[in-house]
Amino acid sequence: MSSAPSVHTETVDFVMLYIVGISVILLLGITITMIYFVIKYNRKKGNKPVDIHGNIWLEIIWIAIPTIIVLSMFYYGYTGFSEIRKIPENAFEVDITARMWAWEFNYKNGLRTDTLYIPVNKPVVLKLKSMDVNHSFYIPSFRIKEDAIPNKINFLSFTAARPGSYDVACAEYCGLNHSMMYTKVVAMEKTNFEKWYNNQASEESR
Amino acid sequence: MANGVIAIEEKNFYQQSTNKYSGILSWLLTTDHKRIGLMYLYTISFFFIVGVIIGILMRLELLTPGKTIVDAQTYNTLFTLHGVIMIFLFIIPGLPAIFGNFFLPIQIGARDVAFPRLNLLSYYVYVVGAILVFISLFLPGGPIDTGWTFYIPYSVRSSTNVSMAILAAFILGFSSILTGINFITTVHRLRAPEMTFFKMPLFVWATYATAWIQIIATPVIGITILLVIIERTFGVGIFDPALGGDPILFQHLFWIYSHPAVYIMILPAMGVVSEIIPTFARRTIFGYKAIAMSSLAIAFVGYLVWAHHMFTSGMSDTARWVFSLLTFIVALPSGVKVFNWVATMYKGSIDPQTPFLWVMAFIFLFSIGGLTGLVLGSLATDVHLHDTYFVVAHFHYVMFGGTGTIFFAALHYWFPKMFGRMYFKKVANIAVLLFFIGFNMLYFTKFIMGYMGMPRRYYDYLPQFATLQEISTVGSWILALAIFLMAGNLIYSLRKGPKAGPNPWGGVTLEWHIPSPPPMENFKEIPTITHEPYDFSQLKEMKNES
Repeated sequence: MSSAPSVHTETVDFVMLYIVGISVILLLGITITMIYFVIKYNRKKGNKPVDIHGNIWLEIIWIAIPTIIVLSMFYYGYTGFSEIRKIPENAFEVDITARMWAWEFNYKNGLRTDTLYIPVNKPVVLKLKSMDVNHSFYIPSFRIKEDAIPNKINFLSFTAARPGSYDVACAEYCGLNHSMMYTKVVAMEKTNFEKWYNNQASEESR
Repeated sequence: MANGVIAIEEKNFYQQSTNKYSGILSWLLTTDHKRIGLMYLYTISFFFIVGVIIGILMRLELLTPGKTIVDAQTYNTLFTLHGVIMIFLFIIPGLPAIFGNFFLPIQIGARDVAFPRLNLLSYYVYVVGAILVFISLFLPGGPIDTGWTFYIPYSVRSSTNVSMAILAAFILGFSSILTGINFITTVHRLRAPEMTFFKMPLFVWATYATAWIQIIATPVIGITILLVIIERTFGVGIFDPALGGDPILFQHLFWIYSHPAVYIMILPAMGVVSEIIPTFARRTIFGYKAIAMSSLAIAFVGYLVWAHHMFTSGMSDTARWVFSLLTFIVALPSGVKVFNWVATMYKGSIDPQTPFLWVMAFIFLFSIGGLTGLVLGSLATDVHLHDTYFVVAHFHYVMFGGTGTIFFAALHYWFPKMFGRMYFKKVANIAVLLFFIGFNMLYFTKFIMGYMGMPRRYYDYLPQFATLQEISTVGSWILALAIFLMAGNLIYSLRKGPKAGPNPWGGVTLEWHIPSPPPMENFKEIPTITHEPYDFSQLKEMKNES
């Protein structure tokens, strides 16, 4: 229906729009009010200042309404996040090993590559670990990342919605060549993917 | 004088010493909180400029893709030092050590802090910490390259001088703790007669709340630093997984201090804002109790949110949503303050002088910083934006656009009181405008780059970021120009500015009742407090005071 790289991309963009939209309204409200007061109550106009000490109802309102607003932001953030934490039963699993300074992808059929190949429209689960220091596996187009920590397996689950080739970056500082660990995730239509997956010899990498 | 008698000019604190020395020794061995505040001012300002220069160099490297002026290793040490210097040598000590020291005793009607010699010791502990940072640059191994957060395992793999640099942070922590102890005792024991807690100025409330965080949180990072040094030196496996340790434990211990630390950075700034707005609006603060209580609320809830720095670390999903929820809660008391500050401008009589202009910039920039904190507190968006330029933009808006602008505001507000001179206002105001333009060019672009997927701590970047990186770098030049203009104006005015009287702004807190600069013992007699802190009806009486 849409051209987003993954369903999750649209979810995150919605949450972003929701929070930023409300924030822009609040920011404009505060800024415009402030500038308006500074102009209207400028000392040169000669009006006497009024010592209003406070207003308990105003305090209650501007605690209560923001509370409801932030709780709604929390809610959308949480439900959006849950999408990538559920591992469906038929998920296509890839094991990822991070090291200084490259990614390695290991598939269940023994295949090993330095680029991530996945099928579209099928849930994927990535199992992440590191051989040395902390790294983080980040696919900006899919709006997802999870750290790769030595001696620990972390996971990430998502579904690619359309074929394409997307950047993968390391997002946890890992020393000298931290900015040079780019690779790609290549999402392929089912038939193309199966051809690739079944035709590769197990130790060959592209 | 009214009856024709020529008043003998009283001595000010520059001319009187708390010890028997003269010249430089009378400063280096002083126990006068005002002199100590000034020594902190000069030292901290120096390190701020060093941090700015490193920032300029970083942005220069990022002007073009690939290598521009330095190699990757140098770049990695530059961003590490930029963070270490700005955080440990400038922002954390800054407002409390300079303005807290100078003005907290005066604002509560005291002659000094509770422990003046401990105060001097705190300054020298700071200096020793700073010297250790400096030494760590030149020992074999070279300057630290782990990022200011020195995450394990990389910080126990790096061959650079990690141990020396974090030992410096350990020592600097003691300066913070001792200052906190001093301020809490001062507020509890040395308030003038009739100055109840709810008659204290809000700057005192803010500094007081900050002191509690300094005391309770700093030991945690202290212990963590010691553990890392032990691990690096003796190979004891606490955090390093290769030795059976837990790297996530490190992150928890690190952030249990470092998150409350950001409230150490912002609370005093919020206190200054609560001073400046009433003075320049010439009316009482709106919501005094709400603002005072919100400082305590921020200090308290600020302890409960640390793991929002760890949403992608692999900790449990339950931990993730709990910390997300608490993070949204901690935003609320800050919102309360912003609303009360703007409400204070309602029906005021506003004279938008330089300090007030800095406060207006603060309200805009800090609001952006705080609101983008909501984006980062939300799990769905944080998973995308964690460790990207979006985070870098967020924290520069709150720390630099927040605490930084108020550091400048405080300088311009209290400059006449500290130095007995005024600066050139037109130049000062141009600097505010230039700063605002440069700041937004430098940092707003980073929000966009972050959402586009630009990770942080990157020496190099993909071509799609080139234009925004260029704009950001040009912004840094405009910002640097603004700071240069501002600093030049203030330094020049120290000697050549027009002389200032006791109350150039029409403020009513106690510092404005005494001469500029103040005498060594602050007050001829300790005042008995009969007014609320922002009662401007005092102005008429005060005209007769000097």
